[in-house]
Amino acid sequence: MIEVRNLSKRFRDKKRGEIRAVDSLTFRCQPGQVYGLLGANGAGKTTTLRMLATILEPTDGTALICGYDIVEQPEKVRAHIGFLSTATALYPRLTAREMVQYFGRLNGLDDSILKKRVDGIFDRLDMNGFRDRRCDRLSTGMKQKTSIARTLVHDPPVMIFDEPTLGLDIMTARTITAFIRECRDLGKTVIFSTHIMSEVEKLCDVIGIIQDGKLLAEGTIAQLRDQYDEQDLEEIFVKVVAPHYTSAEGH
Amino acid sequence: MSLRNIGIVYRKELTEALRDRRTLLSSILVPLLLFPVLGVAIGYAFVELVGAASREPAKIMILGGGDSPDIVAGLKRAKNLRVVPTSPDYVNLISNNKIRAAVEIPPGFEASAARGEHPTIKIYIFSHEIKSEFGATHIEKFFTEYRDAVVRDRLATQNLPESLMKPFDIRQQNVVSAEKVAGETYGGLIPYLVILMCMTGAMYPAMDLTAGEKERGTIETILSSPIKRSHLVLGKFLMVLTASLVTATLSVLSMGTSFFVFGRFAALQGQAEDLPVLTMHAETVFAVFTMAVPVAVLFSAVLITISVFAKSYKEAQSYLTPMTFIVLVPAIAAVLPGIELTPPLAVIPILNVSLLCKELVTGTYHWNYIALIFLSTCVYASIALFLAVKMFQRESVLFSS
Repeated sequence: MIEVRNLSKRFRDKKRGEIRAVDSLTFRCQPGQVYGLLGANGAGKTTTLRMLATILEPTDGTALICGYDIVEQPEKVRAHIGFLSTATALYPRLTAREMVQYFGRLNGLDDSILKKRVDGIFDRLDMNGFRDRRCDRLSTGMKQKTSIARTLVHDPPVMIFDEPTLGLDIMTARTITAFIRECRDLGKTVIFSTHIMSEVEKLCDVIGIIQDGKLLAEGTIAQLRDQYDEQDLEEIFVKVVAPHYTSAEGH
Repeated sequence: MSLRNIGIVYRKELTEALRDRRTLLSSILVPLLLFPVLGVAIGYAFVELVGAASREPAKIMILGGGDSPDIVAGLKRAKNLRVVPTSPDYVNLISNNKIRAAVEIPPGFEASAARGEHPTIKIYIFSHEIKSEFGATHIEKFFTEYRDAVVRDRLATQNLPESLMKPFDIRQQNVVSAEKVAGETYGGLIPYLVILMCMTGAMYPAMDLTAGEKERGTIETILSSPIKRSHLVLGKFLMVLTASLVTATLSVLSMGTSFFVFGRFAALQGQAEDLPVLTMHAETVFAVFTMAVPVAVLFSAVLITISVFAKSYKEAQSYLTPMTFIVLVPAIAAVLPGIELTPPLAVIPILNVSLLCKELVTGTYHWNYIALIFLSTCVYASIALFLAVKMFQRESVLFSS
């Protein structure tokens, strides 16, 4: 369960002054559901998810993840999440297995449990063929599987995905979307940011559309279609965002 | 839990470092090979070249001397001199190393010397050019012997004893132990080396573990794990410290071995008489290393603090290169003759340890200074480590992109 309450983030920039990257966001993600955070580049998706993962600290407001406050108990929060983005790379000189074990240990798993977990995940994701190969010698698909294994090793109840398929080929992207679906089926709370409409339609139970750090619309796909009297999700998105849109470059 | 996490990070960083060619090169191979290659090879080459230069007959030119046939014949006979025909162009020839020196014999030299007048022999040389100076030495030696012969002849004709020439002798005698002499000779070199190597060893890992992590995009991965940032930076710091100390240890061992081998080699060549042999007792080695630990802590923490600001390995390199010079200045200053420990100098980081190690190597233990320097370095090191931890908690630093 993720409960976001008035979450805000302001950055100081020498040239542009104060930037409100995230502006009083409030929303809720339920277990067994995929919440899609939809927004253009620079809308505040990454900053929001980084705050939820406690990588960045909010300027105002907070969020509760499994009941833990992201400001007060960041280590507890991180122990209950799996965070995956295109920016979460692997350590090149560790093998796939060492990489997953490292994160298992940092999550406090002892060696006997860790071994069972790692074996189980490697079997499930069909990773045994490259388990002892160094990460810098893995193909993109193998790397993605290793990253997935890394986020799963401590069996977190909440999964946070920041544009996880960005720049991936179709086959590798499918591995990720299948994985997101699997997380939902296992009853995990999933939040996932993207600007790819087809992914949203396939995966998301609830959608939040954000622009300039503000939540402009929220609901299931059916609710949004009703509300905006439009079937095509892209058209809905444009209807919601267009009145507020200034391109990221224009910032 | 906290120590466990620091240990987990340390073990992982160590595993990666041992698989990284650049780390192995900078922390292990360079210190192991630097001294044998630099010290022994250059030392050997130096001994060989200087020996060859001193043995090689020097080409010289005689200016004048037409009325001093004995002198000219004597110079021509001298084994280590080769007289070339006289030419007015001798200054150019000396400047271009075509001849090593020219000797000017004033008119009527032999006769005026015999009359007891005071004529002057002039030797023209290329100052500080080693072969030219060797040539001048050979010429001077020839004339000194000639002068002694003239005096001896005069004393003999007046039936006076030869000892009148030298009524007494002057002799210098060393009263200090060989250990101290060697310490004075090489003492400055050791702290310089230890400090340089502490720095060199820490530099690459410090960049790799901070800016390198940002460049490879693993910083976000690790920050999303439950580890506290302070534990993460401490684990990384321990790895950098390890590299720093390993590099310093290996280079001192390698230098010790090189000195030993070089000493044996010089002994075999029969040139060891004037060469002080560096012997370091176990307690001296221990003392030097005890002082090196806080220095290594200081360097590791400072290097981490600076390189965490960089977005890439290359950027970190450009930040750290000036650091090398800042650190080297006090280390080199300590090698300068005449600089000794004083209370104000004892609190200047790096310079204080360099000066102290110089004393330690000569077997001098000033306990007050040792305590003051150790403590002040520990204080600086703690401040640097505190800063490193603080920097790792600032998101503007970690996500400077």
